[in-house]
Formats: sequence, C-alpha cells, structure tokens
Amino acid sequence: MNEIMNKQSSSAATLRDNADVAEALGRTYSAGFITKIEMTGLPPGLDESTVRAISAIKHEPEWMTEWRLDAYRHWLTMPKPDWAKLNIDPIDYQAISYYAAPKVAPKSLDEVDPALLETYEKLGIPLHERAALAGVAVDAVFDSVSVGTTFRKQLAEAGVLFCSMSEAIREYPDIVRKYLGSVVPTGDNFFAALNSAVFSDGSFVFIPKGVRCPMELSTYFRINAQNTGQFERTLIVAEEGAHVSYLEGCTAPKRDENQLHAAVVELVALEKAQIKYSTVQNWYPGDENGVGGIYNFVTKRGDCRGDDSKISWTQVETGSAITWKYPSVVLRGDRSVGEFYSVALTHHFQQADTGTKMIHLGKYTKSKIVSKGISAGRSSNSYRGLVKMEKGAEGARNYTQCDSLLIGKKCGAHTFPYMEVKNPTAIVEHEATTSKISDDQMFYCRARGIPEEDAVSMIVDGFCKQVFRELPMEFAVEAKKLLEVSLEGAVG
Amino acid sequence: MQERTLCAMHFPANPIAHEVRSYRSCRVETMLKIENLHARVEGKEILKGLSLEVNAGEVHAIMGPNGAGKSTLGNVLSGREGYEVTAGTVTYNGIDLLTLAPEARAAAGVFLAFQYPVEIPGVNNTYFLRAALNAQRKVRGEKELDSMQFLKLVREKLKVMQISDELLHRAVNEGFSGGEKKRNEIFQMAVLEPQLAILDETDSGLDIDALKQVAQGVNTLRSPQRAFLMITHYQRLLDYVVPDFVHVLADGRIVESGDKSLALKLEEHGYAGIGASHPAGAVA
Repeated sequence: MNEIMNKQSSSAATLRDNADVAEALGRTYSAGFITKIEMTGLPPGLDESTVRAISAIKHEPEWMTEWRLDAYRHWLTMPKPDWAKLNIDPIDYQAISYYAAPKVAPKSLDEVDPALLETYEKLGIPLHERAALAGVAVDAVFDSVSVGTTFRKQLAEAGVLFCSMSEAIREYPDIVRKYLGSVVPTGDNFFAALNSAVFSDGSFVFIPKGVRCPMELSTYFRINAQNTGQFERTLIVAEEGAHVSYLEGCTAPKRDENQLHAAVVELVALEKAQIKYSTVQNWYPGDENGVGGIYNFVTKRGDCRGDDSKISWTQVETGSAITWKYPSVVLRGDRSVGEFYSVALTHHFQQADTGTKMIHLGKYTKSKIVSKGISAGRSSNSYRGLVKMEKGAEGARNYTQCDSLLIGKKCGAHTFPYMEVKNPTAIVEHEATTSKISDDQMFYCRARGIPEEDAVSMIVDGFCKQVFRELPMEFAVEAKKLLEVSLEGAVG
Repeated sequence: MQERTLCAMHFPANPIAHEVRSYRSCRVETMLKIENLHARVEGKEILKGLSLEVNAGEVHAIMGPNGAGKSTLGNVLSGREGYEVTAGTVTYNGIDLLTLAPEARAAAGVFLAFQYPVEIPGVNNTYFLRAALNAQRKVRGEKELDSMQFLKLVREKLKVMQISDELLHRAVNEGFSGGEKKRNEIFQMAVLEPQLAILDETDSGLDIDALKQVAQGVNTLRSPQRAFLMITHYQRLLDYVVPDFVHVLADGRIVESGDKSLALKLEEHGYAGIGASHPAGAVA
C-alpha cells in the first residue's frame, strides 16, 4: 500500500513537472499537424497506482476510484478478443501513457491556449464561429481534458446538462452513478474494461423528461500527445419523451507509431425518448505503406430502456489503421426502434471490422441496418452484425442491407451476418450486395467530361447516399469531403 | 468565319484550345477527319481502314449490318479503354483526337450518346450534368456555373427540347425506361452543347413515339456549327432526322457513300444487295 502511495505521488510530481513539447511533421494527412503546447502527463505504464493517480488528478469521489479499480482488476483477468478479421500487432500496455492534459487547465474559452484554438481552426472547427453560425454546442476534448464548452448557458436554460465527464462526476454524481456502466458494464469486454479503469474524460449529456434539446450537440476529440492512449467515456441519458441529436468528430495527428484509442459510449433512452448519435471519424489511418495510425477499439451501445424509445447510430468512418467497433442497440422496451447507418471506407493498409448488434427483447421492436463498406488499395473491410430475437420479442422485425463497393483489385470486403431467432413470430431480412465501380460507369462519366478522380468520388457518394441522408446537413457535407480526401490516389 | 469565332469563344485558355485557335486562324478545315483507321478490340481487328470526313453543320448517317464496326467507331472516337488503334489518324479541329483522354475530348466538344446509358445509383441527374458541364468549362477556361445559373440553363433547355423536368430529380438513368434513357442522353447533349455529336444507335429499342421525340430533339440541336454522326441499324430514324450523307459501313470499312437515297436503297435491297452482308464472326 505504501509503495502504491509513493508511486502515486511521484507520478503526480512528474505530471506537474513534465513539459513535453511534441514535434514532428505532417505531410499528406491534412489533419496531421501537432500542436505545440506544454503538456503534463503520467509516465507510461499501468498498474493500480496509475488508476488511482488518474482518479486523484480529477478529484474524483471514492466510489469512482473504486469503480475504476474494480474494472482494472477485472481487465487483468480478461483475454484480448481475437475473433475479428484483423491483424493486430501485440500492444504493450505498459508503454502507453494513460493521462495527458494541457498544463494549465482553462476555465473558459477566453483562457484557452491560442495554439489550441488554432488547432481547431485547422480542423475546420473555429469554436466560436462554428458554434454561433451553426447553432452547434461544441464540447472540445483535447487529449484528456475538456477545454471549452460553448452554449452551456442556453442549454442549461432548457434544462439540458452538457459537460465533460470529469465535471459530471463532480457535479452530478447521482446521475452518473445511476447510469454509468449500466449499458456497458465494466467487465463487458477487454477494451471496455480498460477504458473503465483509465478513462480520462469524455462527454456527458442529460436531457430531462419531456425536453427536446434545442440544438445539435457536438464533440470533437483529438489525440495529440505522443504515446498517449485516448480513453473517452461518453454517457447520454434521455429521460421520458426527451429528444437529442449528438455528433462526434475525430481526428488525430500523424505519427509513425500506432496509438491506442479505446472509447466507451453509453446511451440510455427511457420511455418515448429518442437519441440520434452521429460519428464522423478520420483518425490518422497510417501512411500508404501501413506505418502508424490509430487503433480504434470502441464499445458503443445504446439501451432502449423504455417503451416506444428510439436510438439511431450513424457513422462515417474513414480513419484509423484498425477499427474494431460495433455500435449496438438493446431493444428492451416494447415497440422500441434501433437503427444503424454506416459508411466505412478503408484505403492503403487499413483494416476495419465493424458493424452492429441489434438485441430484440421487447415486443414489436424494430431495427434497421444499412451498412456501406468501401474498400480501396490493399485494405480489408468487414461487416460483422448480430441480429438477436429473444423469446419475448413477439412480432419483432429487422431489416439489414449490407453493400460493399470495391475499388481496385487488391482490397477485400467481407460480410459476417449472425442471426439468432428464438421467437417464431419475429421476422429477419438480410440483403447484401458486392459491386465494383464498373468500367462502364467510369467511361460514362469521363465521356461527359468528368475527370477520373471526380467520377470515383461521385459514384462513391451516390453509393453512400442512404447513409449521408441520415447525417445532420452540415456534417453530411463534411462527410462527403472526407471521403473525397480519403480516396485520393485510389484510382489509376 | 462563324466557326472561327465559335472556337475562339469556346476555348480561351488551355493547350488544346490554343492549338485549335492557332490552327483555326490559318484556315477553316474539316471538323473531323478520319484516315485509314484500324482498330482492335480484344485482339480482334474490327475497323480495317475506315476513312471519313465530317464538316460543321453536316449530319452523317453511318449504317451497316451487325458486327460491321459501327459502335466500335463511336467508342474509338470518344476514347473508350480497350479499343486499340493500330493504324490511321483521327484529326478533330486540327488536333490529334486519339491522344486525348476521354474527358479532354468531351471538353473539346465531342459528345457520345450511348447505346446503353449507364446507371449511377444515388447520383442525382441534375448534379451529374452540372458536374459534367463545369468540368468541361473549367478545362476550356470558362467560368463555372453556380447552381442558380445552371438551373436557369436547364429550364431553358427543357423548354426548347420539350422534355418534362421529372427526369432531373432522379438518379442518373436509375430505373429509367429505354425511352427515358435515350431522351436523357439527348437532354445531356442539349445542355453540354457539343460541336461533334455521335449518336450510337440512339433509335434502337424505341417505340415510334419515343423515336419521334428523340428525333425532334436532334433536329432542334442541328446548327451550322454542329456536326452529327448518327450510327444506326435501321433506316427509320432517317425518316425523322434527314441526313446530308449516308455511309454504309461493312467489315470495318466504308463501302459506299451517298445522300439520303442510299438509305432507301438499303431498305429495299438489304445490306446484301449492295454487297455488304454480315461478316463471319461479327462483333458489334
């Protein structure tokens, strides 16, 4: 115990003294720049003292520390999942630093380091203007600490709580304690357990009974410090009849080594509540030779806890060296609805094993899955989906549409649909197609004057239309641009 | 003189345009000049020494039996991959057409109305056409049209072409009937305003009403600055679009040329009647 305490204090000391200035060059990855600001952080390594140190830095109550330690102890006993169609180099969990934060914690936007704001500018999210113009409240997470939250006041007037997870633990402990881990338990899977032990920050949203959130909520996550794993924890609770739409966008600077990102997102929808969660993800995918890039191992799950509730996941994924991600919905309430719309694009040596799980428990529950996979270069793109109709899922329905588009001859697309039907009245439909951009389509476009690369992005955009339609307007435009950038050099 | 102005207007600032302009400033020449063209598809020789000259303002009909090389000619002229030119030259407004990429040919004013227009799911027809027009304008150094300007242009063309705007809201050719696809090709031609329009069996698969509509569209677009190359299997299109010249293509060569009366002669005696029967092992 004594030893642990010592280690903890020395970690904290290092945390204060360590001024690590990151330097490197970004080349083709447009978000691959590194912000030079003074960072504090924990040295690499993971044991109970690391967990305690994170909890201490964040001034967490005792129950939270114990919750983390419990998760950590569980994690130690868990095997790494190896069922996905992914080749993952062994990860040295002792080589990762589990906490990094800007040295001086800002209290408001005005105090935010100008270099940091510039980072957001480069990413195309000038905090003030963007928020003001688009009516979007942005909770920007820079590495581990939430640096600025806009529109807090307007939201507060509507009764909406929107803040960083650290703040929520301090200020709304009862809500957090009630819901945290109730959808994704600490021991759910290897990466969720790791996240539960060491998560540093994330977003917290609470929409009280009967309230429609007056604006789109949005968070931009960004991994900046070297050798830092980013472990966000997001919790969204919509009480009876509440509505909310939430968007996260992610980028990371370019690094030669792989970085680990293991997030957990939990959504809770009570009776007649609706949550729409959209993701635009372009974590650094590695270079064209497959060097570097983010390991994106994420557990996202929604719980339609009340009758007539609805949870909808929309994701556009173009980044990460490896993606392991299955945003799911547990359809517990009767007549609840789960949706999953996904575009996953892989290029060069990227690997993605992604899809969804729809667990039907309640009567007359409905789910819809539309998955669009695009593979280019030498990448591998797999859809893995589970549709489960439990005994009580009387009259439940699922419709799954799973389309793959191949660009070039060296990429791969795979579909792994799983279905478990235990109620004879449930109906499950699955449609799947695999196509290539045909020479005929390319020639047709070119004969009309449209150059090759534009033709490819036009055809890909058309292929993804069904999913883009689900995104909030301004993000649909962003998603489209992202696909264009990601597909550069995919033809020829 | 009129042609020269048109060219200068169409091509202010790009290498192709420059070449065209400097050439044009010397003397007005044949728009399309094909000399001794030989072309292969999948190793098989289809065109075997085809020669043809087309001037601005002219409408040429290319007729011939299946497998004579009619569609191959259209594909070679518009630059489709897999069509290998082994000998001969194609000069378009004084430049070597065969060296240009398909999109550069389009920007230079060559248009191919497809025999089988391709479906592009999810891509809006209007969006596609605007992207095409602006891509061409960009190459020609012209200002790109914004959506309002483009919409205005589209409305004008719809009116002139007497086409309903219903096709515009759908995805490119997706779920279109045969007639709708062909009408859409003609509409694209109207918006893109090519100098040389190649119609590849635009009449095939159309009922008489659709045929009339398509023919009317073509007639509307006839002008002293524009030339048409109509590839067709049947004489019937020529009842509605009266050509200046009719050529019979057989076994990869033009075997006979004449005015519209040649088409009638063909109708009466068949291709065999003029010694242009189906070649063995024909390829369309």
